Amino acid sequence: MTEHLVTQFDTDLNEIRSKLLEMGGKVEKMIHDSMKALVERNTELAESTIEYDHEINRLEVEIDELCLEALVQRQPAARDLRFITMAMKIDTDLERIGDKCRNIAKRARELNELPPLKPYIDLPQMADLAAAMVNDALTAFVRWDDQLAYTVCHRDDEVNLLNEQIQGELLTFMIKDPGTITRAIKINAIARHLERIADHATNVAEMVIFMVKGKDVRHLGIDPK
Amino acid sequence: MNSKLKLDQLNIHFGAAQAVKNVSLDFPANTVTAIIGPSGCGKSTVLRSINRMHDLTPSARVTGRVLLDDADIYDRKVDPVAVRRRIGMVFQKANPFPAMTIYDNVISGYKLNGRVKKAEMDEIVESSLKRVALWDEVKDRLKTSAMALSGGQQQRLCIARTVAVQPEVILMDEPCSALDPIATLKIEELIDELKEQYTVVIVTHNMQQAARVSDFTAFLYLGELIEFDVTKKIFTNPAKSQTEDYITGRFG
Repeated sequence: MTEHLVTQFDTDLNEIRSKLLEMGGKVEKMIHDSMKALVERNTELAESTIEYDHEINRLEVEIDELCLEALVQRQPAARDLRFITMAMKIDTDLERIGDKCRNIAKRARELNELPPLKPYIDLPQMADLAAAMVNDALTAFVRWDDQLAYTVCHRDDEVNLLNEQIQGELLTFMIKDPGTITRAIKINAIARHLERIADHATNVAEMVIFMVKGKDVRHLGIDPK
Repeated sequence: MNSKLKLDQLNIHFGAAQAVKNVSLDFPANTVTAIIGPSGCGKSTVLRSINRMHDLTPSARVTGRVLLDDADIYDRKVDPVAVRRRIGMVFQKANPFPAMTIYDNVISGYKLNGRVKKAEMDEIVESSLKRVALWDEVKDRLKTSAMALSGGQQQRLCIARTVAVQPEVILMDEPCSALDPIATLKIEELIDELKEQYTVVIVTHNMQQAARVSDFTAFLYLGELIEFDVTKKIFTNPAKSQTEDYITGRFG
């Protein structure tokens, strides 16, 4: 794509793009760190992850401000309009992912005070899947790659499946020994947070598809064409 | 949708230079169509051909057809004056007749129909001025000079003069480019009302204006029609890269 006649507009758009990428990178770090804090029973890491959420919130505000300025100053159309409006929506989803990670870290902090219920195997797998979805959704955003965005949407099912699996497993624990209920509920909450993170990544991917194709695929069931 | 006006393989030459190349367009009845494109792309030339304004330019040659209700306005049997009565035009700069009062300006076109009774004229003047939302502002000074009005009022007066003739199509050539933002908004609001009764074609350099007022948008470049579609589509997701480049400010 050629550059704008007003080169400052390109500079502004690049700033929005790089801030979103920065935000995405930080959100991914939060997913991994909150999970590490749980698996390695590292309460210090849980604390710093909870604190780190401020970074994400700050970026959301900054990106929204840049987008508003661009809307007012440039009155963008077509792909620029789609880029800016979708950036404003994507940062909201990323911010929500940050919130979920903070909640995971809080639950990790609590679980670390209790005896381990079981080795964590499925949860880290879910976290890896969800983080990869976030990563790919943002790569698709930067590259204007709707096909990659479609693959993100399709991967949501895997995460949902793992979530159901974990829930079933936890239910067995709780039925066998009510003494596990407190821990099982917290672990269940973490699984649900991860499942929601994957949903947010799917939202981002759907916005990328709209940005690239100008076609709204939300609430339709995804069909890559 | 019913098309009121149709351009069929329109070509316009000025001497050896071709300004408009094989443009075909449908203007549905009771809609507003915006024609956009960079300076010199032929948009005003296309607009002027629609009420035979090029007849007066000796070097101009128009081929193809301009169909109003399926009848070619360039047919040899058609009187250009009759065409202009059905297809009115509003220009970039408000051009009220300077020596005339507000009242006379409004009725000037209508009077060409022949002798008209005073009561009929009064009615036409009032309804036309009401139509363009100018009546309340000028009803107490109808017999004063039109030149005392503000730029925005003068432009609405010119639209009233056009409307008074009871045309079917109204052509507007950058009607707001000499107006301040408030006067511009009033004209835009008016355009939206006018389409209930007329078919409107507007040439504009202001793309936000095109996005605001029109139902359909045609993008012209170097005399050719690049893209024609529903306005929302053109401004959010155009099909052609040239359209995209133009409306996003990548060339112009």
